[in-house]
Amino acid sequence: MSVQFSKDHEWINAADQAAAVVGITVHAQDALGDVVFVELPEVGKTFAQGEVAGVVESVKAAADIYMPVNGEIVEVNEALRDDPSLANSDPLGAGWFFKIKLSDPEQLSALLDEATYTAFTQE
Amino acid sequence: MTAVPCPSAPHFPSAAPGELLHTPLHSLHLELGARMVEFAGYHMPVQFPAGLMAEHTQTRQSASLFDVSHMGQLRLVGGGAAAALESLMPMDLQDLAVNRQRYGLLLNDQAGILDDLMLVNRGNDFLLVVNGACKQADLAHLQARIANLCEIEPLGEQALLALQGPLAASVLQQLVPGVQQLLFMDGAAFVWEGCELFITRSGYTGEDGFEISLPGPLAEAFARALLHHPEVAPAGLGARNSLRLEAGMCLYGNELDASTTPAEAGLLWAVQKVRRSGGARAGGFPGADRLLAQIDQPALRSRQRVGLRALERIPVREPAPLHDDSGRQIGQVTSGLLSPSLNQAIAQAYVQPAFAAPGTRLHALVRGKPVPMEVIPLPFVPSRYHRG
Repeated sequence: MSVQFSKDHEWINAADQAAAVVGITVHAQDALGDVVFVELPEVGKTFAQGEVAGVVESVKAAADIYMPVNGEIVEVNEALRDDPSLANSDPLGAGWFFKIKLSDPEQLSALLDEATYTAFTQE
Repeated sequence: MTAVPCPSAPHFPSAAPGELLHTPLHSLHLELGARMVEFAGYHMPVQFPAGLMAEHTQTRQSASLFDVSHMGQLRLVGGGAAAALESLMPMDLQDLAVNRQRYGLLLNDQAGILDDLMLVNRGNDFLLVVNGACKQADLAHLQARIANLCEIEPLGEQALLALQGPLAASVLQQLVPGVQQLLFMDGAAFVWEGCELFITRSGYTGEDGFEISLPGPLAEAFARALLHHPEVAPAGLGARNSLRLEAGMCLYGNELDASTTPAEAGLLWAVQKVRRSGGARAGGFPGADRLLAQIDQPALRSRQRVGLRALERIPVREPAPLHDDSGRQIGQVTSGLLSPSLNQAIAQAYVQPAFAAPGTRLHALVRGKPVPMEVIPLPFVPSRYHRG
């Protein structure tokens, strides 16, 4: 299973470690409400795990998007920039945020699997 | 002077420690799938399943029903009530006609705003609607200052609903014949299912609409009767905020607080001439010297409320600082969001008066980066009040 989750309510699909896909979870978009604006990171920029890579804003509030692992941004979702509502309608698919080239793949082992993440959201 | 109500004075309901109060519509909100939050000591719906954008748009195009029962309603009784209120507020209340409503400001001794409120002269009393978060303090203030001049009765069991939008009148008319005759800021008593309601044609959205004061036990049935109409959908506090911001209205705690005068807040339209310098009842309210001076000499104001729009599509929210071209801070955002109606980032802010003219360019700092903004006149969305 290549999709893993963080306690910041983000998912990462690291099937391709040179272009791992990151987005927010169904739980996250539901908590935010209608997403009206996203700020995406610059392609080519490197971030450490836990650093703020972007912002997602709903009508009422803004929330930071954190890097789930160390890496370099290799692509961002321009479609999401143009239509932020994709984060609500398809958070696990067309609403992806950015892709990372992993520099330390062993960090993946510390992330949550789906069952653990689901239990976490119900706490 | 510390306002301490006498032990037997009536109060608004308060919750047990660690608990929140419910409005009369609480179980209806849950039934409708509302997302609830704490606000002013109550469980309140911030949004319903439709979401903030849909609820906002519904209000501008059709009609939305808001539960605002958390707000404080009270009545002042006695022939001295108008003069008593004038002793606390810079408004003309002695010449407020029966069944007319007015926007008011309670001031402290520095002319700072303790609360903003609505007052209706109902002939046999004045009905006041004050902010939920301020109602205990407002009541204590009134009791400390004017209890000797009139009777003050908090209406802790009374509910308040707001029906707002271009289709509000045609819907409400079907339940309460005669409401369509009301003009903006009129109020009148009506009867529904044998119970008395008091309805004003006013609101907090900029749209035509009504506020309905009714007994708590009647509120759910009345709300259900309104929601039965397909033109009406429930809306929560989130939409209430985006609507009032677009309408250029203040929110106590954001644009208004005890350190802000009505002059700085751009609310002098609410200070009728008769209470200003040279008027027949000039002054005679807390902070009068300071407020009248700020009215007569605008140079005495240290800041001014303005509307701003961002020149890039980036939301700018409170408390973002505002800077001039040289990087000097010249103001601060008090409310901001991406306007659902205009699809651009708008904000209300205070700036130094030199930067208050429409067309002035400045920038906000958002996550450390400058966002260019321009001062524009309020309201952002024109109001559509029914003035006849």
